[in-house]
Amino acid sequence: MFRKKDCVAMLLAGGQGSRLYALTEKTAKPAVSFGGKYRIIDFPLSNCVNSGIDTVGVLTQYQPLVLNDYIGNGLPWDLDRAQGGVKILPPYQGKKGADWYKGTANAIYQNLEFIDRYDPNYVIILSGDHIYKMDYAKMIDFHKRMNADCTIAVIEVSLKEASRFGIMSVDENGKIFKFAEKPKNPESTSASMGIYVFSKDVLFKYLKEDAENKDSSNDFGKNIIPAMLANGERMYAYPFVGYWKDVGTISSLWEANMDLLGENPELSIGNEEWRIYSRHDAHAPQFVGENAIIENCSITEGCEIYGTVRNSVLGAGVCVKAGAVVEDAVIMDDVVIGENAIVKYSIIDETAVIGDGCSIGANKEKAKGITVIAAGINVAPNTVIKDNKMISTQDDIKEKEEA
Amino acid sequence: MEVAGLILSNIHNSAIPELTGIRTMASIPFGCRYRLVDFPLSNMVNSGITKIGIVTHNNYQSLMDHIGTGKDWDLARRSGGIKILPPFITTYDDSNGGRLYTTRLEALMGVTGFISRCKEDYIVISDCDGICNINLQDVIDRHVETQAELTIVTRSVKGNLDIASRSKVIVSGDDGRVVDVYSYLGNEQVSEISTNIMVINRTFLLNIISDAGSHGYSNFYQDIVARNLQRARIFSYRYDGIFIQITSLESYFRNSMSLLNTDVRKGLFNQAQRPIFTKLRNSAPTRYVDGSKVVNSYVADGCVIEGTVENSILFRGVTVGKGTVVKNCILMQDTVTGNNVSLNCVISDKNVVIREGRTLSGHESMPFFIPKGSMV
Repeated sequence: MFRKKDCVAMLLAGGQGSRLYALTEKTAKPAVSFGGKYRIIDFPLSNCVNSGIDTVGVLTQYQPLVLNDYIGNGLPWDLDRAQGGVKILPPYQGKKGADWYKGTANAIYQNLEFIDRYDPNYVIILSGDHIYKMDYAKMIDFHKRMNADCTIAVIEVSLKEASRFGIMSVDENGKIFKFAEKPKNPESTSASMGIYVFSKDVLFKYLKEDAENKDSSNDFGKNIIPAMLANGERMYAYPFVGYWKDVGTISSLWEANMDLLGENPELSIGNEEWRIYSRHDAHAPQFVGENAIIENCSITEGCEIYGTVRNSVLGAGVCVKAGAVVEDAVIMDDVVIGENAIVKYSIIDETAVIGDGCSIGANKEKAKGITVIAAGINVAPNTVIKDNKMISTQDDIKEKEEA
Repeated sequence: MEVAGLILSNIHNSAIPELTGIRTMASIPFGCRYRLVDFPLSNMVNSGITKIGIVTHNNYQSLMDHIGTGKDWDLARRSGGIKILPPFITTYDDSNGGRLYTTRLEALMGVTGFISRCKEDYIVISDCDGICNINLQDVIDRHVETQAELTIVTRSVKGNLDIASRSKVIVSGDDGRVVDVYSYLGNEQVSEISTNIMVINRTFLLNIISDAGSHGYSNFYQDIVARNLQRARIFSYRYDGIFIQITSLESYFRNSMSLLNTDVRKGLFNQAQRPIFTKLRNSAPTRYVDGSKVVNSYVADGCVIEGTVENSILFRGVTVGKGTVVKNCILMQDTVTGNNVSLNCVISDKNVVIREGRTLSGHESMPFFIPKGSMV
């Protein structure tokens, strides 16, 4: 017997995140590390729990090992519930055949049964590629108040950026009358955040119709939303004000990490009222050595700092050895930076080892781009890896050097 | 081979009244993010023990809050798991106006029910004032191998006679069998003392308890160990790793500061496959703001540091204001220091607020202690 829920969340976490290159070599984008002790998916998951949503289906597809392991039984987010909780929903083999999730809408369509078990009034669709803190309860209230069929969260962006997003044209009551996916000449600056609240029956109707349509690419932005608009359904834009960042690219991921720094960080995660939960190992506290220099950094448990670290975000268990200099870098869990090594304007993924005397990246001001080193890469001592390099595999180091 | 654990949370409370006034010995904060009970608990969990009773006496609210369901130690189990054993009526001594137990033996007598309901052959018993990362599986293996009924883990006092007076001296033969046990009186040569960590056969423990009940014994070492040296197989196991014992506020201060020593830190926290677990708080990482200066310090998550910190231990959620200088201090959870504060040799308990411009100083031999929740 399943208890009826007011709202069930469906979190799309199957994306490959191909523009994160080396970072998503073996990991789905939502499982990419962020901010020292988090992974991207911690944000929507924590938002759910903090908004009182206790039933979350996580749709996985691409490289799910790390993600599945990470979510586990949902304990870190208080989602290990007898009624509801977090459930991983991979593609499966049905009576009529087996199908990968073809698009965002198709992924939800294949799991209508999961939603139906809780007989919710509303379904909120989330994605696992954004960093933000949002009270979904307020958005659902808005949806109820407007007696809407579908509510889409929107954020104001600059006109220049607008052509990267789905853009809403909205009347004075917040009702959407036009939607354009990545328009060349945007008519407004209200960008879709990829967060949708649907009244359940309407969602089911449109997903079933969409599944019948052979020409559809089964995508919310491309198919479902335009179809609903064309039929004159009650669709509203819910304006969100606050920090929100798509971390789909190397540079945006780096920037979002840097937003954690400073006296009054743009992205504040220290607020006890809206905690961001994460799963992490038992680490000792961080130790700062006698000759360490730390300026404007975010550092977490298990780190040992003997060298110099500036304007950087360090993950758990990172060791910065004596004489090493780390600047403008994002260093993920359990990375070792060898003695006298220099790491500048880079992202170093989990468990990579930077040998003694290495030089990685270049000064932020001069660099052509961010240097990225994938998880588990072992960089031999005294290796030079220049700016704007992408090291996805061990072999890349040699090639990049020769090139 | 099945083993259960028993942790005595309140023994030695009187050693450090400043910190135990509002909590048990077991729940004294230590090492940025731990409480003392985390060490015996993690040692047991890391040795595969999944049924653990925690014997409490008084003031155990903070302990219960810390332990919760036990899930942070992976001890939220249907079968076994963690059990808090609050004082039961038999732990009161009727002859003395209904007082609570005062000794180790009386504490054990009070949890006879738990012990007799256990199915395990062996019980590991530990106090909370000793901090170490010990492989208990080795001790248990030795206990089984020597067919001992009781194995006491000992450590060398290495000339530190001050510590010797705090525990029982254990003398053992070449085969490890204990031949004498006595209290240190201050003049003889001493090499090994008890850590109060022991492995005991459950049936032997039950016999001791009933024997003690009928004879009115109350002292574990004097009345049980010393009397049974011939009759029972009592062995010692010498532990040579890092062992810290908290015996006073000054010792708490000195031993906390020893965490700045790499060997001590590695010995306690960097043992492969033997992490020390604690209650998770999901604090954000610590933010070192421009203009801050931190050297030789041990820092937990959730801090915001804008000032200078030297040779100090900062617990979770500590705020160090601009222009503030913190030297040789232990600032516990959520201590807030305003701007331009100067602190030296200060121990602040949880939730202390030190307002702008204050200057406080103690001395290594007598740290200045600020009680929980005070505003200075």
